[in-house]
Amino acid sequence: MSDAALPGAAPRTEPAPGARPVPFRGGGFRPTPRRWVGPLVFAALFAAWEAGSRMGWISPIVLPAPSEALEAFSNLARSGQLALHLQASLSRLVQGWIFGTLLGIAVGFAAGLFSLARAGIVPLVAAFFPIPKIALLPLFIIWFGIGEESKVATILFGTFFPTVIAVYGGVDGVDRGLVRMGQSFGLSRWSIVRKIILPGAMPAILSGFRISASIAIILLVAAEMIGAEYGIGAYVLLAGNLMATDQLVAGVAMLSILGLTVSWLIGRLEKRVLRWR
Amino acid sequence: MDLALAHVSHRYNGVEVLRDISFAAPAGRIVCLVGPSGCGKSTLLRFLGGLERPDEGQVTMTGEPPAGSLNPLTYIFQDFALLPWRSARGNISLALEDHRLSRREREEIIADVLARTGLSDFADALPRQLSGGMKQRVAIARALAVRPACLLMDEPLSALDSQTRELLLDDLQGLWERERFGAVYVTHNLAEAVRLGHQVVVLSRRPGQVREIVEIDMPLSERKARAAELEAHQTRLWELMREEAMAADQEIADV
Repeated sequence: MSDAALPGAAPRTEPAPGARPVPFRGGGFRPTPRRWVGPLVFAALFAAWEAGSRMGWISPIVLPAPSEALEAFSNLARSGQLALHLQASLSRLVQGWIFGTLLGIAVGFAAGLFSLARAGIVPLVAAFFPIPKIALLPLFIIWFGIGEESKVATILFGTFFPTVIAVYGGVDGVDRGLVRMGQSFGLSRWSIVRKIILPGAMPAILSGFRISASIAIILLVAAEMIGAEYGIGAYVLLAGNLMATDQLVAGVAMLSILGLTVSWLIGRLEKRVLRWR
Repeated sequence: MDLALAHVSHRYNGVEVLRDISFAAPAGRIVCLVGPSGCGKSTLLRFLGGLERPDEGQVTMTGEPPAGSLNPLTYIFQDFALLPWRSARGNISLALEDHRLSRREREEIIADVLARTGLSDFADALPRQLSGGMKQRVAIARALAVRPACLLMDEPLSALDSQTRELLLDDLQGLWERERFGAVYVTHNLAEAVRLGHQVVVLSRRPGQVREIVEIDMPLSERKARAAELEAHQTRLWELMREEAMAADQEIADV
């Protein structure tokens, strides 16, 4: 005899009299994406700014209207100077970042894999990393001259240290169980590094890229403010000296867009390389 | 190929974990290693496969591994140890890539072991897409791919739920019937030990010593049907272990 057949235990579908719903206490603490909010905030800010300038609440000397900055930007583009500035900046940024990153990956792997290398490299990195590399710029100018080399060297130096730290941290973070598995299948040391440690360290290396890229942009502008004819930093500096705030705002906006582009590119790279996550 | 441990002792940071352990793992038989937690079962297994060296004593192998064996001593790990960035196929391939095999040979081996473990439809799935049981099947397929002489299994079913464990026990039994590999199977689950072990080595609590070696003289294929007889073996093993387990449970961990 099943329990349901017992008298008084008939399945009840209607709630008993006096029954009340259990109060809901869960939910929240989980932000969900709201696509339209971000652009809306930007649009509102720019609209307020533009309106403020037109009404005369914001003096054009203190802060030019967005439309004036846009005007300055299109003048720059039409005169052909934009391409020159961008080309100079991008070439410094790309050279400095790529060489700094390659060097950083090599040294970071050495520190991650070999005890001797680690014992030598880690204290050195700890000592050099906190130095603001801008402070070393005069020294680089003495060493490499006022031209491109000193600017590239500053960016290279600035990206090298965070990359070393990210890489050896990433190598340390690779699951030792996976390394032991590789050894248990008789994989060569080189195979273990290439097929287990490198991909395992990739998430940390890529987040290191984000940091080193933003450091590279900061250093780019700083380096271009000393003795550069072209480059976004030089453009911003000149605009400031001439009190041409519309050009200044246009230059700063370019830097923001440069930063966003770099971060978008790294995001794409992460999506592609870390598909397995 | 037979494996043997002779008078193995070991210390970790001055704490004695294993004392004078000797036993043999003959070819074609499954030796189960049971004991309370912390008694050094997994350490012993690492000695057997040469992943770690004991302070004292010897680990030896006698006889040649069967022809075509690529990796005679092959592990199956509790946490599966699959590369998360490689598909099932890629994970099996990893174990073969350092051997001189043509691309075709490699693909044939992979297809064969995938079929034998019932994974043919999951060849391109990434580990994160697979259930625990499927992940361990991939790890078993990877182990079979290198044609081991002796499988070293470190609690291979402990990370799985009990239903999956039951299914995989059947799989392992079926595989053994066909391949007749030798194996050392570390577990804390006595039901697994009596289902798969031809021999059960019972270790004491730390420092681990061989308490007793129990022979279970019943063909693997009959064990599921003769559960009542196995129950007797299991009870006996539990009696051997009970006090050790209780004492081990009350120890304060200091390693």
